[in-house]
Amino acid sequence: MSGSSQELVVRKIEKGTVIDHIPAGQALNVIKILGVGGGKHTVAVVMNVDSKKYGRKDIVKVEGKELSPVEVNRIALVAPEATINVIQEYKVVKKNKVKLPERVQGIVRCTNPSCITNKPREPVVPTFKVYSRSPLLLLCEYCGNRISQEEIVKQFTG
Amino acid sequence: MFKGRDVLSILDFSASELEQLFKKASAIKPGEKLRGKILATAFFEPSTRTRLSFETAMLKLGGSVIGVGGEEATSLAKGENLADTVRMLDSYADVIVIRHPLEGAAKLAAEVAEVPVINGGDGKQHHPTQAMVDLYTIKKEMGKIENLTIAAVGDLRYGRAVTSFLYGICKFGVEKLFLVSPPPLKPREEVLDFLKASGTEFELTQDLDKVIGEIEVLYITRIQKERFPDPSEFEKVKGSYRLTSELVEKMREDAIILHPLPKVDEIDLKVDENKRARYFQQAAYAVPVRMALLSLLLGVE
Repeated sequence: MSGSSQELVVRKIEKGTVIDHIPAGQALNVIKILGVGGGKHTVAVVMNVDSKKYGRKDIVKVEGKELSPVEVNRIALVAPEATINVIQEYKVVKKNKVKLPERVQGIVRCTNPSCITNKPREPVVPTFKVYSRSPLLLLCEYCGNRISQEEIVKQFTG
Repeated sequence: MFKGRDVLSILDFSASELEQLFKKASAIKPGEKLRGKILATAFFEPSTRTRLSFETAMLKLGGSVIGVGGEEATSLAKGENLADTVRMLDSYADVIVIRHPLEGAAKLAAEVAEVPVINGGDGKQHHPTQAMVDLYTIKKEMGKIENLTIAAVGDLRYGRAVTSFLYGICKFGVEKLFLVSPPPLKPREEVLDFLKASGTEFELTQDLDKVIGEIEVLYITRIQKERFPDPSEFEKVKGSYRLTSELVEKMREDAIILHPLPKVDEIDLKVDENKRARYFQQAAYAVPVRMALLSLLLGVE
């Protein structure tokens, strides 16, 4: 990628969020998770660019949107090394690394149909322990079922 | 150590806690220790031994039993959720035993109830008190639990009793563990990972005949039609194993055969008369073990 075209795709935004250090190939999933693909937001996607830290990475820029904690947690499940930059008046005013917590609660559904958390009308919140970070595997605290990152992405993106 | 605790998985108990339970089970006598205490049995799946042995244990200690039997006989049939049913039992009883077809149902019940909740079997996942009975049987019949050569035979994938047994036996240390099943019924990945992490030496095999001469404890289970997500999968593996008198004669003289029961056709009826068959004794031990457990959970010495 030439210097001028790189400048073009990563041009500054006035207000919004830049999600950096997304593992190469995951940018479209991040967009689906945020639900900003076909909506009111202007979205810029840069895929498979050089990264000093990770070799290759994706970047997603969403104009006019700040992420909720739930959205940040969801992104942590598909891009555990991502950085969230909050932009105001063309400047980064906040920069946070997403952090995959020890327990993931209320974000992911258990894929085991005979898990109590899938029974309608029971007051139970699906809760998972992070069993492995790389590759990501979540362990359902109710039924012991394990969920892979692929299954998580499928849940978020339908 | 036990008072007020929930009993959801055998993994929640250390070997020394289990030894304490077994010591109490060996010494326990019928009496009136639990007079005035009420056990609620909430069984949303068929059960004979678990339910009756809990009821017998409570009655032998002077306590009383109330019961919910089957979803169709409860307000669940009217659309009440499990959590509300448990809340009601929580206000009536001092301890609740629950059996449910869904995995994690006992954990949900324990979150809702203030009194101790005992998992009497949830889906294919856990049956901790059966494992306590199994380990106690080995201790009584073999004189020790540690460092035995053990085979688990049958449905190692969907069987909750055998899964809990494997978790339990590894807490004490195993000389060698043979996991004998057709490939579709081999233990689930999380169970195999647990065995690896515990340092247990184990071997997956389909050939019981090959290993039967080495075994000190043979734990055979029914292939459970009701746990198969796909009935055609059951048709492929049903009748995979049959413990015959001829096979039993190849076993060591001092070996024992256990089965959590009910058994169907995986054990030849003639084997029942063999001195190695201890599964009816195993079912009998369920009463003192559950007497001891109820006493400990309710804090009665």
